[in-house]
Amino acid sequence: MSDITEASAPGGAQQIRSFVTALGMLPVLILLAVGFHLMTGKFLSVNNLSIVMQQASINIVLAAGMTFVILTGGIDLSVGATLAAAAMGAVIMSLVPGLGWLGILVGLGIGAVFGLANGALIAFLALPPFIVTLGSLTAVRGVARLMGHDTTVFNANLPFAVLGNGSVLGIPILALIALLVIVLSWFILRRTVLGTWIYAVGGNQEAARLTGIKVSLVLLFVYGMSGLLSGLGGVMSAARLYAANGLQLGQAYELDAIAAVILGGTSFVGGVGSIWGTLIGALIIAVLSNGLILTGVSDIWQFIIKGLVIIAAVALDRYRLKGNART
Amino acid sequence: MTTLLDMRDISKTFGPVKALSKVSLRVNAGQVHALMGENGAGKSTLMKILSGAYTPDAGGEILIDGAPLQTGNPKLSKAAGIAVIYQELSLAPNLTVAENVFLGNERARRGIVDRAAMHRETAPILERLGVGFTPGTKVAGLSLGERQLVEIARALSTRARIIVMDEPTTSLSMRETEKLFEVIAALKAEGIAIIYISHRMDEIYRLSDFCSVLRDGSYVGTLERENLSAETLVRMMVGRDVSSFYKKAHSDGAASGEIVLQVEGMSDGRLVKDCTFDVRRGEVLGIAGLVGSGRTELARLIYGADPATAGKVLLEGRDVTPKSPRAALDAGIVYLTEDRKGLGLFLDMTIDDNINICVMERDAGPMGLRRFASAAKRSAGAFKSLAIKAPTPQISVGSLSGGNQQKVLLARLLEAQPKVIILDEPTRGVDVGAKSEIYRLIDSLAQVGLAMVMISSELPEVIGVSDRVLVMREGTIAGCLSPTADAPVTQEAIMQLSTGSHATTQAA
Repeated sequence: MSDITEASAPGGAQQIRSFVTALGMLPVLILLAVGFHLMTGKFLSVNNLSIVMQQASINIVLAAGMTFVILTGGIDLSVGATLAAAAMGAVIMSLVPGLGWLGILVGLGIGAVFGLANGALIAFLALPPFIVTLGSLTAVRGVARLMGHDTTVFNANLPFAVLGNGSVLGIPILALIALLVIVLSWFILRRTVLGTWIYAVGGNQEAARLTGIKVSLVLLFVYGMSGLLSGLGGVMSAARLYAANGLQLGQAYELDAIAAVILGGTSFVGGVGSIWGTLIGALIIAVLSNGLILTGVSDIWQFIIKGLVIIAAVALDRYRLKGNART
Repeated sequence: MTTLLDMRDISKTFGPVKALSKVSLRVNAGQVHALMGENGAGKSTLMKILSGAYTPDAGGEILIDGAPLQTGNPKLSKAAGIAVIYQELSLAPNLTVAENVFLGNERARRGIVDRAAMHRETAPILERLGVGFTPGTKVAGLSLGERQLVEIARALSTRARIIVMDEPTTSLSMRETEKLFEVIAALKAEGIAIIYISHRMDEIYRLSDFCSVLRDGSYVGTLERENLSAETLVRMMVGRDVSSFYKKAHSDGAASGEIVLQVEGMSDGRLVKDCTFDVRRGEVLGIAGLVGSGRTELARLIYGADPATAGKVLLEGRDVTPKSPRAALDAGIVYLTEDRKGLGLFLDMTIDDNINICVMERDAGPMGLRRFASAAKRSAGAFKSLAIKAPTPQISVGSLSGGNQQKVLLARLLEAQPKVIILDEPTRGVDVGAKSEIYRLIDSLAQVGLAMVMISSELPEVIGVSDRVLVMREGTIAGCLSPTADAPVTQEAIMQLSTGSHATTQAA
């Protein structure tokens, strides 16, 4: 019967509904922000919001890449390790006199190469994404440590440090980069043929192949994109810290990125989701971290509360959608 | 003859939608009562009310053996002897037959599952059904037809007296269908009433004692076995005359047109062996054969979906043997899959995207930028020419009925402007109205000069729609039947070729 009710709903209502679905977690974000403000009295200050944005930015960039991957029904566990390797490469390159700026390109390049390697294994050898990226998570972490001979590399005169610490009109450049990545991702997903193909591959891979879609190209692209954005995350991180450490940097970042995507309502099996949801998901995680610190909750409890909020938010979302989409 | 089930004045509204209005249905013990109607006519809703899944609106009642049944309670319906076997089977493949029969109703002693008792109770039921598997067989190893029998065994284990079967033969082979029919006859003999929902006329003729028709949520009428005729039933279902169900307007292309598609020596090293045939401009070539005879496999080879070990595909004399579906599409060959939901549609995407998916790259601007205006134009055109019924192209295709989904898939193929169309079971799971529309579409495509291959398991369809009928058996082409003025292709001739029971029928 649901098809009749569905079919009789006018297009406008349908659009409003998909809009509401897309904004699913926005009320949670606002509620959390207001709640923390009421508890601490300083959460919603310009200064603190700028800090939150800055803290969220790297995760937003990683989660954007993760959104591409999860939309195809895959997963990329290697983003944290790739970020570390890219940051190492960027800082090491920045130490070369006169060519320091090339550190940015080196970071991006390292990310793209590791991402494409993942993509090639998944697209051409048809290996499961979970296994491939679980392997590269470990291997790339090793590479990152190898790059600095297992030490921390510093550059107090990092030429591109402005990316990590500068701001434009009071907005941190890190946050601007993150927003740019989101807009670019939206553009690719919603305005290009490639974007439609990504949704198609995630929705039904075999049907996509029978439709003449270059499935391996799409897979190569999404893992390449995730790698590239991990590289960008590495550059951002290096720029912020003036340093990189192959062992510690980016540990468990993949989990925050995946959490942001899932909080944003993207389906874990692929084919359904939006980049705006991911942005909101990443902001929720950042707001939680920041807010819990401001309220003086101990480090240990922060972990527990964060985890529970993520589960509760997704449970709420599923419950809400159940009443909504009846097909 | 005793009335076992009496549904009176059943109505059901969902919000603003009236799904059923004052429908009545009487079913006798020991009889098969067919229930027909287009998709959305209310058959499933009525059956869900019977099974207790839905509560009907006030005013109606259900009597079983004259005693009123409290509606809207699945447990009570089950206890009253009602069992429904849905299209999508609900078995757990990793469990055994006996475990599935007692699923949710396990025999246990002190909280521990009593396997022996379940096996003991299942065995006589399986014997009654005359099946070739045992209570300990894993369901994963059973064919779809056998799984259906497990469902029936489950119904019998709860002492069901009224069994509802919702399009039970949709995915069964011919042999499995025969087996099911035998079982139905046996159940009848035991006094069990069967409500049989199907779109297939031949099954209705064969099985039913009575046939009731619903249309738009209302009861249209009931025919007795003696009065059944396809034309009456179709008229009752669609509310208009469809006497020209299989009318062919395109000229007989087989004789006149030049050869467009040549398939030479196609083999896949497994099932398909050395298949050679050709199709002319404006011709519809039917491919008949049993399920498993290699029809779909052959079609997939021609489309490049699976690798061929030998053979060539020539299009207008040029060797285009495709290595991938994309190569086939570029050459001008398209393929309509038999598995609409599994291999065809992107159910979460919009109708618009589903129609345009093959051509959006061709339409795109620089950097693969999508041109939404041209996509909308194509969708609007398809809505009109194929009479797709949906409020807007921007809703998800998953919310459409089977017939409309099939039209969306057809629209996608037609947008690619093919020279050859291969249709694999184009009317499977499609209601009668949409069926006749699809036949008309095939006819008009032949008229404009396309070469078409149509695989079909429905013999009247394959005979009615095609100009020639190719019959496959065990991966080879068993023969090709062409009608002549005084000798049309017969179902018997096709069956003989496809079963190999008559080796000397006219060969290709």
